[in-house]
Order: sequence, then structure tokens, then C-alpha cells
Amino acid sequence: MTLNDALAILAPSIAEGTVCVHANGFIGRAGCAARDRDECFYMIGSMGLASSIGLGVALAQPRRRVLVLDGDGNVLMNLGTLATIAAARPANLLHVCFDNGAHASTGAQPTISGRVRLDEVARAAGYRFAGRIETRQALAAEAPAFLAREGPAFLLVRIALGPPGPPAPRIPHTPEAMVARLRRALGTER
Amino acid sequence: MSGRPSAERVVDRLLAAGFDFFVGVPCSLVRTLLAELERRGLYLGETREDAALGVAAGAYLAGRTPVVIMQNSGLGVSLNALASLHLLYGIPALLLVTWRGYRGEDAPEHLVMGDVLPRLLELFGIPLRAPLAEAMEADIEWAAAAIRETHKPVALVVRPGMFE
Repeated sequence: MTLNDALAILAPSIAEGTVCVHANGFIGRAGCAARDRDECFYMIGSMGLASSIGLGVALAQPRRRVLVLDGDGNVLMNLGTLATIAAARPANLLHVCFDNGAHASTGAQPTISGRVRLDEVARAAGYRFAGRIETRQALAAEAPAFLAREGPAFLLVRIALGPPGPPAPRIPHTPEAMVARLRRALGTER
Repeated sequence: MSGRPSAERVVDRLLAAGFDFFVGVPCSLVRTLLAELERRGLYLGETREDAALGVAAGAYLAGRTPVVIMQNSGLGVSLNALASLHLLYGIPALLLVTWRGYRGEDAPEHLVMGDVLPRLLELFGIPLRAPLAEAMEADIEWAAAAIRETHKPVALVVRPGMFE
């Protein structure tokens, strides 16, 4: 299961209106190609901070569902975020981590996620739920139930490295346009 | 001491100016301000200053006007978030940055950042004011107006002894 495979399985189960905050690198590019909405935010820099951005949205609008689409390199870069999210306990925040064990967009240098189970770190931090998925079949079976969970909930999805090169084109939206469309969708004019 | 604003009054002024989301990492120079925010249930403590900026960015996307409180040491941690999130996307925040190392009179770990602090903010194109106590309230208004106009971060630099 590659990143594109996993996103193709997950995307149809994401409810309309869900704010989706994507990590930088290939995750945002593939996520944008799989399912692009006004409520989708693609972080093109600031590696590590997708989960922090998601937490800020979730705390500011507690009735809005927020889904963070993260990667192992991003989570490892901002590991403290797991503690902050667990302590804040936002019921509307879901956190998916696509774990290919590598920094795919910089040349597939290995991360340490093969030796440090990030789902166990999330569980120990105090997420209400932390699960782990290894196969397409399991992801297809679990995705709808996970997306309906009370947060904070963490799902690690083990994926394989895709073929060399990016999985999708660059994000077509300008950064300013992404801010404007999301704020409009969330009812706040600029 | 007369002239120094109480933390309670500064929080009142921040709220009156439209700031409604407070996140940060502590510094002793703003301990009374943080205590007042905590007392009112308004403050989220983060583990790192760049993560605090990330949370603040999310709050802005969801309609809030955030304040990020940090020691100037944390400004070093924050530079990539400012460069590739806030400044890139046009996401504002009021940075309340304390000035440890002010005039070279401080513990050694604060001297380098204390020396370069205003120049570092200017280099990043972040407008700043380092108000004297009596200008604090007017400069909060200035910060709120600058954010509404530019959609970029602005900084109020807090010198030692600013708050009661």
C-alpha cells in the first residue's frame, strides 16, 4: 500500500466539511490530488507543524471536525505535539500518520519510526484512541469507524515507499488563496 | 511602582483590541501576565515556540486573532515557522516577545539573542515596538491595527520590569 493507495481508500470516508490539515512534502501533494476541498489546508513549509495547526483549528471551533494527515518524519520532528494534543483532549481532532519509515520527499532517507512505534507514543501520551493499520484491507475496514471516533484519536497507517519521484503535482493553490478559502469556509471573512 | 500596567489591565486591553487566543511558552518577565491569562482560562501552554505558532496559525484559520507569548530565546526556535508559515501564507499573530539580555545585563545564555533581537525581527520584516510602560496600551492598539491591515505577524518586545 503506497501513500496514493492509502489516500484513495481513506478519502471517500472523509465527511464533507471536515477540515483536513496536510503535512508538507509528498503528503500534501498526494492529498490534494486525492481529495481537494475548500476546507483542505496544505502546509508547504513549516515541517512538523500540521498537527499543531490542526489543534489550533480544533480548539477554536470545537464543533468542527478536524483531520490531520501527517507523516512519520513530521511527527518525529514535533514529537511534543502528541503530548500537547493529548493534554488538550480535543474531541473533534483526528490524527492520521502515514508511516513509510522514510523522508520520502528528500530522497527516502530512513527515519527511526521502524524502531519507535509512534502509535504507542500517542497512546502513552494519552490520546483517547491509538491504532495501527498495516494492510489495505484493514484500512478499508477501519477507516469509516476511525473517522467517526471521539478524539483525540491517532491512526498510524504503515505504507510502502512509492516509486521514485513525487506521487502527484505540486499544490496548485497559492498559500494566500488557501488561507482565504478555508477562512471563508469556516465562516470568517478576511 | 506607578506607570507599570497591571497584568489584569494588559489582558483587558488585549481582549478589547480583539485578541482572543493566547498560546505560548513561559518567561519570567511575563509571569504575572501568564498567571492572569491562566486565571481567566485563556491560555494554552505549548512545549516549543514554533509549535505555539502552529497552534496560533490554526486558530487564525478558524477565525481567532492570536497572541503568541515567548521568551526571545524561543524566537530562534520560531524562525522557520515564521518564514514558511506565517509570512508565506499571510497569517498574522501578535508576538509578545520578552527581551532577556537587554543592554547586555543578564545571564550569559541570553546575551547573543538579547543583542540581536530587534535586528532579527527587522530582518524578517516583522514590525516591532518595544514600548515603555506608559505606551503599552497604545502599542497594543497599534499591533491590532497593523494585523488587520497587513495580515502579517507583529511583535511587542517586553523589556525587563514592564509588568508589575
